Amino acid sequence: MRILGVSAFYHDSAAALVVDGRIVAAAQEERFTRRKHDAGFPDHAIQYCLSEAGLTLKDIDHIAFYDKPLLKFERLLETYLAFAPRGFASFSKAMPIWLREKLFLNNLLCTRLKAIGGAHDWAAKLLFTEHHMSHAASAFFPSPFEEAAVLTMDGVGEWATTSLALGSGADLRITKEIHFPHSLGLLYSAFTAYTGFKVNSGEYKVMGLAPYGVPRFAQTILDHVIDVKEDGSFRLNMDYFDYASGLRMTSQRFHDLFGGPPRQPEKWMDQREMDLAASIQAVLQHVVLKLTRAIAAETGARKLCLAGGVALNCVANGHILRDGRFDEIWVQPASGDAGGALGAALAASHGIGAVPRQVTPGQDAMNGAYLGPQFSDQDIAQRLTAAGARFTRLDEADLIARTADDLAEGRAIGWFQGRMEFGPRALGARSILGDPRSPTMQSLLNLKVKYRESFRPFAPSVLREDVADWFELDADSPYMLLVADVVERRRRPMTPEQQALFGIEKLNVPRSDIPAVTHIDYSARIQTVHRETNPLYHALISAFRDRTGCPVVVNTSFNVRGEPLVCTPEEAFRCLMGTDIEVLVVGRQYMRKQDQDPALMTRYEGAFELD
Amino acid sequence: MSFLAELWAFARSRKKIWLLPLIVILALFGGLLILVQGSALAPFIYTLF
Repeated sequence: MRILGVSAFYHDSAAALVVDGRIVAAAQEERFTRRKHDAGFPDHAIQYCLSEAGLTLKDIDHIAFYDKPLLKFERLLETYLAFAPRGFASFSKAMPIWLREKLFLNNLLCTRLKAIGGAHDWAAKLLFTEHHMSHAASAFFPSPFEEAAVLTMDGVGEWATTSLALGSGADLRITKEIHFPHSLGLLYSAFTAYTGFKVNSGEYKVMGLAPYGVPRFAQTILDHVIDVKEDGSFRLNMDYFDYASGLRMTSQRFHDLFGGPPRQPEKWMDQREMDLAASIQAVLQHVVLKLTRAIAAETGARKLCLAGGVALNCVANGHILRDGRFDEIWVQPASGDAGGALGAALAASHGIGAVPRQVTPGQDAMNGAYLGPQFSDQDIAQRLTAAGARFTRLDEADLIARTADDLAEGRAIGWFQGRMEFGPRALGARSILGDPRSPTMQSLLNLKVKYRESFRPFAPSVLREDVADWFELDADSPYMLLVADVVERRRRPMTPEQQALFGIEKLNVPRSDIPAVTHIDYSARIQTVHRETNPLYHALISAFRDRTGCPVVVNTSFNVRGEPLVCTPEEAFRCLMGTDIEVLVVGRQYMRKQDQDPALMTRYEGAFELD
Repeated sequence: MSFLAELWAFARSRKKIWLLPLIVILALFGGLLILVQGSALAPFIYTLF
């Protein structure tokens, strides 16, 4: 049974291919078109998935779309009706989009599929899965659990914004839902917009900003904006929001409550924005913990799967794990809408396809999220030569040794190996690496490589076997979706003078033996590296540990701000020539910036729209 | 035509027949909006629609 999953037309379009219940390939369209969060039909991603399996589109049994357009249309109409006549501005934007194409999604999909696969009865192969079922399926089916509760939280799909599903074997059923407009994702997005960041990409920045602030608005939010019940169910006071009927996230009443208009993007940030970020993060954690505690009590489940955009909030995930209500939690690495493509395919495979589910305890079915394109060394060499790169091909032992030496000497490394990651995080296949012990690495990478705000911390990749020596965590976190603190003995307390520093100046104070990956509250967004899923990356960090005693490296995504993760060797080389990365390793090909033709240097900053 | 059949089946199974007159009016109204509007760009909020 061959199922192609597709998500498209909202944000983060993607395709995923599942053959007989096994995930063969998955990729986001943005990686091919180089447009961040590309919402277009994922032609390139589909073609990649097919080529990975050596199939044509006609070989596919079903094409599963990740949501139900008519159900979404029903939500739109009923919402406009409920808010009429206030929603006219939104209505006048939405209706043309719907009447032109989204209402006729069936036809639109058939046309696009025909362009890829030729004439065929594509309509007969189309399936539509509910948005939250797609998310829940993406979290449960690849998890290493035979049975689990599945919590999905996002902005909104059709109606559901929060849902509970119960999974057992190949069976997955949604048992409870909270409906639009009451949404944790939209609540967080409202604060993202209010604090001056882009909705649907800046949420991560709000989470990173939160430790600088004091949650002094948390009680105000709980008193006025959200009504949370004991079981974690909630309702938003829509007087404070404009998204249901208008074209902004927040209303004037919201601005009055929090003391002013929204911050303008890219303008100076002060303590108020930091306190707002801390407050909404605290409220999110409060609600999520109430939800997970109620789920544990009600279902008796000892394993929890998470998906939906809110599940990318790794700080909240860390709280769920430490709360101890569940023995294990598993978070889908592509928890946003891209993962919906995978979930739709898996739901169809185990549902209509009746493919039995194979569970390997202790090992999920995501292949480390390395589900994207890869390039042979011969291909890489040809591509790099054509791009004008000067490189040396090394054997694996030399490659590891030389790269580990570079890391230990404080160089920033572009590390491009194997299959590209599926989902928003770089996990050691398309990563920029650095020495976490260096007090200057954080600002170097932020300002000269990533061209982004310096308040955001970097993530550590740590050998799984050493994680408990360095962090207050002794669990798998292969997808960088759990946050935990650096262990006490490796922390460096701040002096009263350092404590008095304002906001992001604190980040320049070394707070641990690995300052480049330690946030100001001593937390770190951890990726555990496993020999089984990424042996080369594991070998590199092991070699770095042999040289330095430190089994941790800085891992940040291989891109500049606003650019999707690099996909091809040429894009990696271009990033080398446009930033202050000093060394690039692509497969076995090793090159240093200083050896390259200076004529190939490019101004990379500003090439992409800021996220 | 297949779309109308699909819409009818959807409304029946969701018990939302009452929405159909509204859909017709909104469709006419929305059609007018298409005629007077150049492009259908989504605004700068979460992509709710």
